[in-house]
Amino acid sequence: MLGRVANTLHWMNRYLERAENYARFLDVNFNLSLELPPNEIQQWQPLVVITGDWDLYQKLNTVVEKNKVIYFLAFEEKNPNSIFSCIFRARENARAVRTEITKEVWEQINALYFLVKEGQEKENYDDENIRDFFNDIKKGCQLVYGMYNSTISRNEGYNFGRLGQVLERADKTSRVLDAKYHFLLSSPKSVGSSIDLIQWAALLKSVSAYDMYRKKYGKLSPSSIAEFLILDREFPRSILACLLSAEHSLIKLAVSTDKAENKAQTKLAALRSQLEESDINEIITKGMHEYLHEIQHNLNDISSAIFTVFFAVESNFPEVN
Amino acid sequence: MPKLNLSEYDTKGYYDEMFDENNKVRPNYKLFSEQLEKLSHKKLQSLQHATDRAQLSLGMTFNVYNDNQGVERILHLDIIPRIIDNTEWTYLEKGLQQRIRALNLFIQDIYNDQKVFKDKIIPKELILSSVSYLKQLQGFTPPKDIWCHITGSDLIKGGDGQYYVLEDNLRCPSGVSYMLENREILKRTFPELFKKLEVKPVYNYTHILRDTLESLTDVEKPTVVVLTPGIYNSAYFEHSYLAQQMGAELVEGKDLVVKNDIVYMNTTRGLQRVDVIYRRVDDEFIDPRAFNKDSVLGTPGLFGAYLKKNVVLVNAPGTGVVDDKAVYAYIPRIIKYYLGEEMILPNVQTYICDEEADCKYVIENIHNLVVKQTDASGGYGMLIGPKSTKKEQEEFIAKIKHNPRNYIAQPMINLSRVPTLTEDTIEGRHVDLRPYALYGAGDSIKIIPGALTRVALKKGSIVVNSSQGGGSKDTWILNN
Repeated sequence: MLGRVANTLHWMNRYLERAENYARFLDVNFNLSLELPPNEIQQWQPLVVITGDWDLYQKLNTVVEKNKVIYFLAFEEKNPNSIFSCIFRARENARAVRTEITKEVWEQINALYFLVKEGQEKENYDDENIRDFFNDIKKGCQLVYGMYNSTISRNEGYNFGRLGQVLERADKTSRVLDAKYHFLLSSPKSVGSSIDLIQWAALLKSVSAYDMYRKKYGKLSPSSIAEFLILDREFPRSILACLLSAEHSLIKLAVSTDKAENKAQTKLAALRSQLEESDINEIITKGMHEYLHEIQHNLNDISSAIFTVFFAVESNFPEVN
Repeated sequence: MPKLNLSEYDTKGYYDEMFDENNKVRPNYKLFSEQLEKLSHKKLQSLQHATDRAQLSLGMTFNVYNDNQGVERILHLDIIPRIIDNTEWTYLEKGLQQRIRALNLFIQDIYNDQKVFKDKIIPKELILSSVSYLKQLQGFTPPKDIWCHITGSDLIKGGDGQYYVLEDNLRCPSGVSYMLENREILKRTFPELFKKLEVKPVYNYTHILRDTLESLTDVEKPTVVVLTPGIYNSAYFEHSYLAQQMGAELVEGKDLVVKNDIVYMNTTRGLQRVDVIYRRVDDEFIDPRAFNKDSVLGTPGLFGAYLKKNVVLVNAPGTGVVDDKAVYAYIPRIIKYYLGEEMILPNVQTYICDEEADCKYVIENIHNLVVKQTDASGGYGMLIGPKSTKKEQEEFIAKIKHNPRNYIAQPMINLSRVPTLTEDTIEGRHVDLRPYALYGAGDSIKIIPGALTRVALKKGSIVVNSSQGGGSKDTWILNN
């Protein structure tokens, strides 16, 4: 498969995953804000911080307000990571790799674009409608994944796409945990209170982990939640499960492209085994933030390695028959 | 709901494809009109809206501007089809095959023996001065002796009910994806009609296209690619559509590498050799080393690989010389010369401003003529005499006098009309017809039984180009 095409598929999947995650974060935060004391800064600022676009937010806005944050994360064209920008770029990517995806997948991504574009053109949302919108985005993205899974062959393109998706997911899980964990533990007053419980439940819900967590652990506790979201092997949004899935795809790619033992693979394996050997209490003692930050750093590193190994144009490539 | 009243339809003296001069429905539209009369205008409009939505969801859009959030438009598809009976179609088929065969021999000749000049059929200077004539190709014969593999000629029907060829379009004729997708959409709009009418299918176009491309090389299981300028090109939808339907790789110039005159594409596994390129990039941009130095759409060395016959380019570079509107005037003579036959499908009478007598006639009668710049297309660079002001006419006369080689003129033809859905009724709108021909090895010229019918949506307009407010119609070729 063409290097450019593989790269585009990778990013198409990343953008979709990012858009879906943003819709999740926003929805859960919105829901949460309804039951909390009205302090807009405390409720909405962390959300922008998680995404890593706090600087850009400050350039475009003078105050932190619910509606401004929602606009910034959902619709702002100048924010390259807003839901609108992500879906727009996912669609441009899909258009560029139209020959690699099925009609079903293309039409659904296209429909998603019209949904978010219509959303952006709408001047005002009332509180009910905006939640419907987030839901539509989530469902729309999941519909793409469903169609993707049921209509796309498990070929190279699929694995490059899958890699993009799970690496993005691992990153977003780590970020939401990082921000919430910091925020929750730094307000000791509320520990053990009903507000505290709501917050922990919200954290789980924002990565759709609430039901599966309850099934496994029953009781809500900060360390179990962190363990579930970082180290669980079975929950598909935990960081470790994402890495295992990424590794699975990467191994297949190494074989099909005849690039065994490449540096992306080595780096990924190292990170995965580091997580496998980690103990949650140790992580908490040493500092959750530092630990997650290092994971994010490693994930970036793996992404650039994938780029150099598979996508970068090298004029001294050997000819294949 | 009031049903449509077809007896109120007014042909306004134009040739109408559906109604004859006595306002009787022509036989080819009989079944269709029976169906139409059962419907209300409101119902038709809701069918029309459904087709608009279908086009959007299929992504049949083109960018109007080249920036990120450019306005995306659909090429409006009017739901009332153009219907052609089999007798008429067979005639068109023969005419086009004859024309394409002769043009192919002509192109081969002007790059090789140049007998056509020696026998004084066409002035040598006229050809050699054309910007589309590539001197680098002198002495070159393309694989399987075919230059014009894919043709999308523009045909019109005049007030006399006679078809004329207006342009040949041998470079990168576009629009075939609209022919294919329009059909898919109309099958959903009028399912019962398709059953009753026996419309010839067009779906196998992409299969024949693939076979045609593969026939041009002796490589077993060749690698076939479609070369596109990229997603911001207005025809990108078509490029990706064709690649996908053919199961070919869609590449951009930067995906290709040329080494030792062999073309490769850059894959995740390394370089893979490419055998046939259906390129949708114009000659001057395919290779910055051979042509336009600033082109970022092409691949350095591609033309060199082509000259060494290590890759097939479709259409062959250099065919565009036939699209020169001054060459067009000579086509009747070209057909006679190479095939010894009379032209089946006539040309529109053409005055060549480069010839003194013609030029004088054009200047004197400019208010009755359509003047065209010989190297322009897309409805640009032309003057429609009867619809122009005195001032515009004078400007054109000055241009003609300054560079007569650059202009031709034709009498104004009243393009035929087809009923078209408007806000509140059905009215005639002017149309043209673009069928698609595929020329593969073994002297096989296949005309797909269908076409893109372009329609001038604005009342009274005769300009059908999509860039100037044109839309399209599905074209049904009947089996009997």
